Amino acid sequence: MEFKQHRLSNGLGIVAECNPSAHSSAIGFFVRAGARDETDDVAGVSHFLEHMMFKGTPARSADDVNREFDEMGAHYNAYTSEEHTVYYAAVLPEHQPACVGLLADILRPSLREEDFAMEKNVIREEIQMYLDQPPYGMDDHVKALCFGDHPIARSVLGTDESIAALSVDQMRDYFAARYEPGMITLAAAGKIDFDALTRQIEQVCGGWEPTGVVRDVPPPKPRKRFEAVAIEAATQQYALVLSGGPDAGDPGRYAAKLLATILGDDSGSRMYWDLVDPGLVESCSLGHYEYEGVGMFYTWLACSPDDIEVNLGRVNQLLADAVAKPITDAELSQARNKVKSRVVLGSERPRSRLFNVGGNWVQGRGYRSTADDLASLDAVTLADLNRVLERYPLNQAAVVTVGPRDDVATPAGYDA
Amino acid sequence: MTKPIKTLTLPGGMVLLGEPDKSFQSAAFQFVIPAGCVHDPLDRSGLGSLTCEMMLRGAGGRDSRALVNDLENLGIDRNESVSLSQAVFGGCGVASNLMPALSIYADILLRPHLPADQLGAGQAVCLQELQGLEDEVSQKLMIELRRQHYPAPWGRSSLGDAEAIDSASIADVQAFHKACYRPGGAILSVAGNFDWGQLCDVANELFGDWAPGTGPPEPAVEAIEPRRHLPSDTNQCHIGIAFDSAPYRHDDYFQAWAAVGVLSGGMSSRLFTEVREKRGLCYTVSASLQTQLDRAAVIAYAGTTAERAQETLDVTHAELLRLGEGVTQTELDRLKARIKSGLIMQQESTGSRSAALARDWRHLGRVRTVDELAAIVDAITADSINAYLEANPPTGFTFLTLGPKPLELPVPAGTPDTAERTDGGDARGV
Repeated sequence: MEFKQHRLSNGLGIVAECNPSAHSSAIGFFVRAGARDETDDVAGVSHFLEHMMFKGTPARSADDVNREFDEMGAHYNAYTSEEHTVYYAAVLPEHQPACVGLLADILRPSLREEDFAMEKNVIREEIQMYLDQPPYGMDDHVKALCFGDHPIARSVLGTDESIAALSVDQMRDYFAARYEPGMITLAAAGKIDFDALTRQIEQVCGGWEPTGVVRDVPPPKPRKRFEAVAIEAATQQYALVLSGGPDAGDPGRYAAKLLATILGDDSGSRMYWDLVDPGLVESCSLGHYEYEGVGMFYTWLACSPDDIEVNLGRVNQLLADAVAKPITDAELSQARNKVKSRVVLGSERPRSRLFNVGGNWVQGRGYRSTADDLASLDAVTLADLNRVLERYPLNQAAVVTVGPRDDVATPAGYDA
Repeated sequence: MTKPIKTLTLPGGMVLLGEPDKSFQSAAFQFVIPAGCVHDPLDRSGLGSLTCEMMLRGAGGRDSRALVNDLENLGIDRNESVSLSQAVFGGCGVASNLMPALSIYADILLRPHLPADQLGAGQAVCLQELQGLEDEVSQKLMIELRRQHYPAPWGRSSLGDAEAIDSASIADVQAFHKACYRPGGAILSVAGNFDWGQLCDVANELFGDWAPGTGPPEPAVEAIEPRRHLPSDTNQCHIGIAFDSAPYRHDDYFQAWAAVGVLSGGMSSRLFTEVREKRGLCYTVSASLQTQLDRAAVIAYAGTTAERAQETLDVTHAELLRLGEGVTQTELDRLKARIKSGLIMQQESTGSRSAALARDWRHLGRVRTVDELAAIVDAITADSINAYLEANPPTGFTFLTLGPKPLELPVPAGTPDTAERTDGGDARGV
């Protein structure tokens, strides 16, 4: 396992964790562009653009792109988050040059008007699909309730209205500004010929012009709010509880991960024993999510509509008790064992290492090996957990419930 | 690239399968027990799932909390599931924790407490899952589509029904465990970094004296009320289509599988191209071959808003029919490239490998090596697929929709013009 890196003169970064004994190669372009970089008039453009990147280039039709990925047997896809858009593929090592060539080519798309009009239908269908599924769009809503007009609260999908109103020229402008080389990192993991990779990227991407665009990173001000939303078609009642947490650059993020595991892992956590194991809820879990300059603790609860007040009360008590009933050595040790085991399992596939290597790099954390991650987890103490709890009180959260009930009582401590 | 696959039949009848590979840091295991929901009594639908849920609530010398905590401390990423024919208890962790984990699982499978005072909690968990399904509409559609397509009891859902779960007693759970959790037909497969000799010793000690038991009675057969549309106040209309195909153990399986790959494998496949790329009708459209031991079906799905739903159904159905006209060599070449890389990448995951070993044994009574699979795939030609499709064109479709209003379902060839249109939740005829 050897880490290698190179930066083109236009600012595009190349990083790779090379493992000569791997069976496959995973390659991805990580672009620092996402919903947080949008404005109201282009809400949802980052995600729509991600779809359009597969619609062809001056050298290739949309059919050519799909066909060529399939011809090399690639397992490929793309995703858009609040702050990144990632295009990736896993292939057998002999296809590295073809795969890199194709990925690099689609990063300079044609964005043709007729393709834009057709794909707009697909995006609108995707929005409708998510509106039919729990939590019925309330994941966006609770972010806005908690973070107000902070850019992190922007919706990745946008709305049916914002997508309907979007023009291809607006998308072209957004693309030209944000997909500039300084915002792009090519990451790779597995069996990688790094010299060949660098030569190829130099040749294909070396002419991309920088625009000098920067990202706005205002400090977040999470708010304690409550809102109940009624959706007649829903059967279960859901609650989303969102508060601030360590951000992507905060060394406390390992403590935050362990804290979330102790309190709200799917199994064996405080939430599991208090709510899931007795069958009081369908599910209840807590996760920590980290972004540039913003972190979040996010609790998800699903239960029978009549039980929402009682269960939400239990969750709020449990979050408050993180301080009142101090976390024990046994809890920390169990969480550490679990998370370390997951790190080891994740390290065995180039496909999962790709996201680790690329993710760390674009978050400005440099290269972190699996051993580095394990050592950081080992170093976390109870005092570290308590410091996170002091800085980010879990009960100072924005709460949204959604489900068939239109009369959910406001929880204690929240304004009606 | 083939690794040696080891097998051992333990005295009680459980089969041990292993694929040791020292290059991993992890090991994954899977217990497959013939305790599926097909053995649920008719008035106890969901009993298999309830039993599985209850088995982790204390076993051997550990109560419920100690059991889960000890597995968590070993860092075992575990999963339990009940399907039609079997219950699966799987886990994955760092290699050094494999043997201690297996010892806990021996307690779970052979010596569960099935405590009466936790029955209410176990029932509540199963009922919550059932209730949650109402909000997962595409999953709900698929469950009902299988029930409609397969002859009973082979289309059953393991989730059961609320009334039956509610009325189950702890004696029912104990009886289900006694009848179905037995070594005959049970499999333990392990892949990753372990020593085969040591695994044999440990498995012999833990499972060698597992008593054979009597086995469950023949599955009972329920009556199925025909349904073609599930009314639901959703934004999208969800469309499911099923037709019969070849099961895994059938000589034609790989021809049928490759044909479905042309239909729905990769973004250049026919459904993705025709339904999504060319027409922009939906975000999700797919088809897959789902196999049971003695029967199989291709299950297709598409979800789209009401105004495009009819066209989506018609285009999807037309593609299923067109498949009967055959596939081209270039389509097959792309598919083979995907299969080849898929086979190799599967080797990078101990979890995938342990599941593949168990699946092969269950269906074939032996395990195919990766080289053997690669040879089978190499031997597939456009001609061999087309010969299969000519003899077995997609036909006998079962349609099911879920959404605000029913669609006009295609009329099978040879049906008189008077065939009724669907107009409600339980329209019959097509």
